[in-house]
Amino acid sequence: MTKALAVYRKELRQISRDRRTLLILVFVPAFFLLLYGYALNFDIRHVRLAVEDRDGSPESRSVVSAFINSGYFDLAGAVYAPKEAERLLDLNDARAVLVIPEGFGRDIRTGQVVPVQVIISGDNANTATTVLGYAGSILRTASAQLAPGGAERVPPLAVEPRIWYNPELRSTLFLVPGLIAYIAMITAVASTALSIVREKEVGTMEQIRMAPIDTFSFIVGKTIPYFIISLASSALIIGASMLLFGLPMRGNWGGLFVAMSLFLVGALATGLLISTVADSQQLAFQLALLISFLPTIMLSGFIFPIGSMPAALQVVTYLVPARYFLVALRGIVLKGTALAHLLPQLAALTVYAAAMLGLASVRLARQRG
Amino acid sequence: MSDAIVVKHLSRRFGPFVAVDDVSFSVRTGEIFGFLGSNGAGKSTTIRMLSGLLRPSSGTAIVGGIDVSADPEGVKQRIGYMSQRFSLYELLTVDQNIRFFGGVYGLSPSRLEARRDFVIEMAGLRGREDALARDLAGGWRQRLALGCAILHEPAILFLDEPTGGVDPLSRRRFWRLIDTLAASGVTILVTTHYLDEAERCHRVTLIHAGRLAAIGTTSEVKQVFAGRPIVEVRTARATDAMRALDAMPDIEKTSLFGTAVHAVLRNSQLTQAVLGERLRAAGIPVDSIEPVAPSLEDVFLDVVEHAEAARTAS
Repeated sequence: MTKALAVYRKELRQISRDRRTLLILVFVPAFFLLLYGYALNFDIRHVRLAVEDRDGSPESRSVVSAFINSGYFDLAGAVYAPKEAERLLDLNDARAVLVIPEGFGRDIRTGQVVPVQVIISGDNANTATTVLGYAGSILRTASAQLAPGGAERVPPLAVEPRIWYNPELRSTLFLVPGLIAYIAMITAVASTALSIVREKEVGTMEQIRMAPIDTFSFIVGKTIPYFIISLASSALIIGASMLLFGLPMRGNWGGLFVAMSLFLVGALATGLLISTVADSQQLAFQLALLISFLPTIMLSGFIFPIGSMPAALQVVTYLVPARYFLVALRGIVLKGTALAHLLPQLAALTVYAAAMLGLASVRLARQRG
Repeated sequence: MSDAIVVKHLSRRFGPFVAVDDVSFSVRTGEIFGFLGSNGAGKSTTIRMLSGLLRPSSGTAIVGGIDVSADPEGVKQRIGYMSQRFSLYELLTVDQNIRFFGGVYGLSPSRLEARRDFVIEMAGLRGREDALARDLAGGWRQRLALGCAILHEPAILFLDEPTGGVDPLSRRRFWRLIDTLAASGVTILVTTHYLDEAERCHRVTLIHAGRLAAIGTTSEVKQVFAGRPIVEVRTARATDAMRALDAMPDIEKTSLFGTAVHAVLRNSQLTQAVLGERLRAAGIPVDSIEPVAPSLEDVFLDVVEHAEAARTAS
């Protein structure tokens, strides 16, 4: 144990004197959070809308203002011919066109069904789907108000949706936990992997191998400092997420700590494993990119829903620890899920961490002769 | 005294490549034993096997009474190791480096204090305990690395090319420390390709292509030149002189040493006067012809040539 302590002390002293590494460990995560947090946003607002109002009646004007007042659409201009609307879409000066036919007001008043056309630029399928949703819901509301008898008429079936956990459906709340997992993963994997590979490059690793220090002491002494640092850095980004992006905390802090710790130990062990394979910092970084960073973005459910992936890829996601951590993190933070309901995820994280630690120790021990 | 290191038929293969091939030798306690050879000859592989870092493919090595294959960790406790890179932590101070290595070797706090003082004194680092290792000049770094390697007072010390990139004065000071350690009973196995350093070893062995080509005291290994005197020819036209000498049947070989030519004679009957006459007859001005003692470099080149010739013949 004194040997582990010697390694631990040495590592802390080295880190505290190595400004660059310290900066990377503390500020790069915060920087990432700001960068991705503001840039990664699936909410769509301020859609430029061109209006071709061929009717000009009070009713048609109320439909147009319903669009503009919704906050989702900005008026890009009024057009008077289909050609003009087409030109605006082509130039990307408008993303959608609302076409209200002649006689709209008259037909409404006489209680007829009147078609209203919405043309949406489909060059970005995601945006188009969302815009279509907005337009549909605005038109439904407008239609209810404009119908003879107005809002008093009770429709046979009324849907009253209520969205739980994220009533405004802000994609930020969904994305920020993923971001936290991703940033914590980078910090933990890269810091351990690079610190050991650097020792290989400088030659101190050989000196340590020549010494009678067991693999266990070495691993403990080497990872605990990075565990503490990545835990602190995770706390920092979680705090920042709450301040900047309004991330709620509906669950239990202790539960969050447990999930976070398990995830970090797995990540640190992954870094350790990488360092037993790579002999240069460059190779270590590439390996880290390949086996931990990319899967965390692509295959964890951070951005792309796992349910809509091809079956083969879904199988691969079971090997990605962030998959489990994200369920736990989103559950605890957004829904206040109790730890007892997250046992499968915690078990998976434990298995992953144990497997990585085991693999890394076996490889380290073998390299020692 | 008994032998500190006993190596018998030690071999190490990496796939089809044989890095160390059936090597046997022993090192006496308190001896400075030089391991000479060109890069890739098998020096480092041998040291790594002796220190328990690499498993031998076959053969045995007993280091400090312990079989390295049976108990590699036990060996590590008894040896000190210092490499050509003086592997210190650049960002730690002198004192912190010492404490770290002391901790890794499991020294008790009181023993560590005593050893720390000893190492600081030995390396001449008194007053610089708080300097960062990276700010030390080569000689100091080297002595600090040596100090860290002997913190646990190992009976056997492995030095892998310990004097690379260090100025001559520091090298001499370093060797004086080595002599002191040996005198106190520490067995030292040192690899080097500085042949002047090899002269300071009690015994040397030459390793070439994984095999021991010669072993003994420096004067013993020089016996390969018994009956084959070497003369040094000084002339303004060294290249022409070499060509003329090579053409003579009683000259074995020639080589250029600085501006002079060294010629190995096939028999000791050939006098300098006869040689001088022959060269002048060939129109080559000769300043002087002197007999010279074979240097380790001569021995080294000769041994390598013979080993290569034997290999291509077989």
